[in-house]
Amino acid sequence: MIILTNNILTIEQLKKHFVTRQGIVKAVDGISFSVKEGETFGLVGESGSGKSTVAYTVIGMYKPTKGKVLYRGKNISQESKKRSQALKKEIRIVFQDPGTSLNPARSIRQILELPLKIHNLSRNHKDIVNKIEELLKMVQLPVDYIYKYPLMIGGGEKQMVAIARALATNPSFVLLDEPTSALDVSVQAKIINMLIQFQKKFNLSYLFITHDLSLMRNVASRVAIMYLGKICEIAPASEFFKNPLHPYTQMLLSSISVISDEEEALKPKKIISKGEIPSPVNVPPGCSFHLRCPNKMDICSREDPVMVEVSKGHTVRCHLYTNTHV
Amino acid sequence: MAKPLLEIKDMYVWFKVFGGILKVLDGVNFIVYPGEKVGLVGEMGCGKTTTMKAIMRILPMPPAVIPRGEILFKGQDILKMKQVKLQHLRKKEISMIFQDPTAALNPVFTIGTQLQDTIRFAEKSGKNTEKEGIRTRAIQVLKEVSLPDPERVLQNYPLQLSGGMRQRVCISMALVSTNELLIADEPGTSLDVTIKDQILRLLKELAEKRNTSIILISHALGAVRGMTDRLYVMYAGSMVEVAKTKELFAHPLHPYSQGLLAATPRLTGGGIGEGIDGRIPEYINPPTGCRFHPRCKQAMPICKDKKPPFFKVGKDHEVACFLFQNHR
Repeated sequence: MIILTNNILTIEQLKKHFVTRQGIVKAVDGISFSVKEGETFGLVGESGSGKSTVAYTVIGMYKPTKGKVLYRGKNISQESKKRSQALKKEIRIVFQDPGTSLNPARSIRQILELPLKIHNLSRNHKDIVNKIEELLKMVQLPVDYIYKYPLMIGGGEKQMVAIARALATNPSFVLLDEPTSALDVSVQAKIINMLIQFQKKFNLSYLFITHDLSLMRNVASRVAIMYLGKICEIAPASEFFKNPLHPYTQMLLSSISVISDEEEALKPKKIISKGEIPSPVNVPPGCSFHLRCPNKMDICSREDPVMVEVSKGHTVRCHLYTNTHV
Repeated sequence: MAKPLLEIKDMYVWFKVFGGILKVLDGVNFIVYPGEKVGLVGEMGCGKTTTMKAIMRILPMPPAVIPRGEILFKGQDILKMKQVKLQHLRKKEISMIFQDPTAALNPVFTIGTQLQDTIRFAEKSGKNTEKEGIRTRAIQVLKEVSLPDPERVLQNYPLQLSGGMRQRVCISMALVSTNELLIADEPGTSLDVTIKDQILRLLKELAEKRNTSIILISHALGAVRGMTDRLYVMYAGSMVEVAKTKELFAHPLHPYSQGLLAATPRLTGGGIGEGIDGRIPEYINPPTGCRFHPRCKQAMPICKDKKPPFFKVGKDHEVACFLFQNHR
């Protein structure tokens, strides 16, 4: 069956489990969402919630334990080495820490020419140099950086190089795994604005992973919250911040520190954050959030809630909303 | 106003390294009054932690040298203190919480050993030195930082605890002896949002209960807003602006403070400001005059030649920028 949608990426019941000595870690445990063409889909969660595992599964670093990853309707749930060259050119990733994702022994030129060479994007030596200069200009770095090494440039500049490397193959889908969390706010603002500009210019779709909700509000068109390998809530960004439904979302929102009174007014007041994210080896039975939940009911420790659509495009996985909307 | 508890006067800190002299701190002026909660914000590498380490006298010397300046704690210069006095200062008066609790705790000893050692050290002069007493005290301080099941925590190694719990242990260690000044160096940065919120609230509660002064360091503006009375903004080795926290958020005057505030993403949406071009300068060869001038959009010729002193622009509001030199 062919479904006609404008979804560029669809994830269906994706599971990724790791076998460790302590037991099975359910890093991602049955999540589904889809990213529309040209949008920025935000994935938020605390550390250990499985955000990065989702990204690594999409890029092909991991093979899913169960479930499907569909790219433009085509199943791509295989490892990177089994993927076609054309697919690798389409989906690219920017990692969190540019200090470790760039090889310190390679010059910026060597870093940027690798994707061009692998994907046969340039014919000769001169062409490669031209393309690299173009890429550097695109991310607003001086052209003479071509001879520098990652250690010689600042953190923000390194991340720009990493972004240039990701965009070198002209992709249509880019995974951004906390691209700015290792950087200062003033640098972060520059990078984010640049990413937004590239999105419009090249019609890119982003899967944007971050733990910073204020940042998410400004970049994402739709947001999903993850907790212990499962998605709690998906909603359009404006709706998500105006009307958060899941108790975990409310807790997250009330915990962030803001810089103005208008923002303070947007935060849900009543919820005081308590407890910590449990170990993913030992996930509590029922709803995994029930140990920290202020609205806990009897059913929560027994049954895992299912996703329900509360309003159009706004789905929540919580028993509070299950009965009223059946 | 009351006498300052801590006052740093025109302090310089240099690091002598292979490539030359890193002139990191460039005339720091900083005041904390008794019972006050002071914030210090600035980007990474601007010298926040160096300033605090200088207060504790834990800068590695060499390579660090302090060519000029004084740090007055209750009128006495910390930089000239003898070892014995310094020990007393660290024991009873000033303590510090570090950014990364994993690095602050020794991984090969249990929490119990480390915490009880701290207590034994802090209360050496006191009566409470027998084993049982120390153990009871350890459990008591762990309870104070709302750690569940303190008896078990005492037997655990740091790696068996979560990041938030480790930071709570660090806070409890800082609080064993009654302190007059608590330095919290980015206490929540390495933790998740919900945990960070808990830690900050805990610090605030404890400080208010004990009437301790706090210096809260952060690179994020949001964290200091609800926590502090007065706020310093630091850039490349010196303070550029100081005001009451509310005033600074409402009317930032220094171009750097304005840029920083505009670059912070907001919950209300509507995109993010431009950010500030360039980055923190090299300390071996820092820009002359105002160190911010190469990145400043409103730079004037004078900014290149002279380092701006603090200009008073309002009650408790001072700015180190020549744009305000004629302000009255």
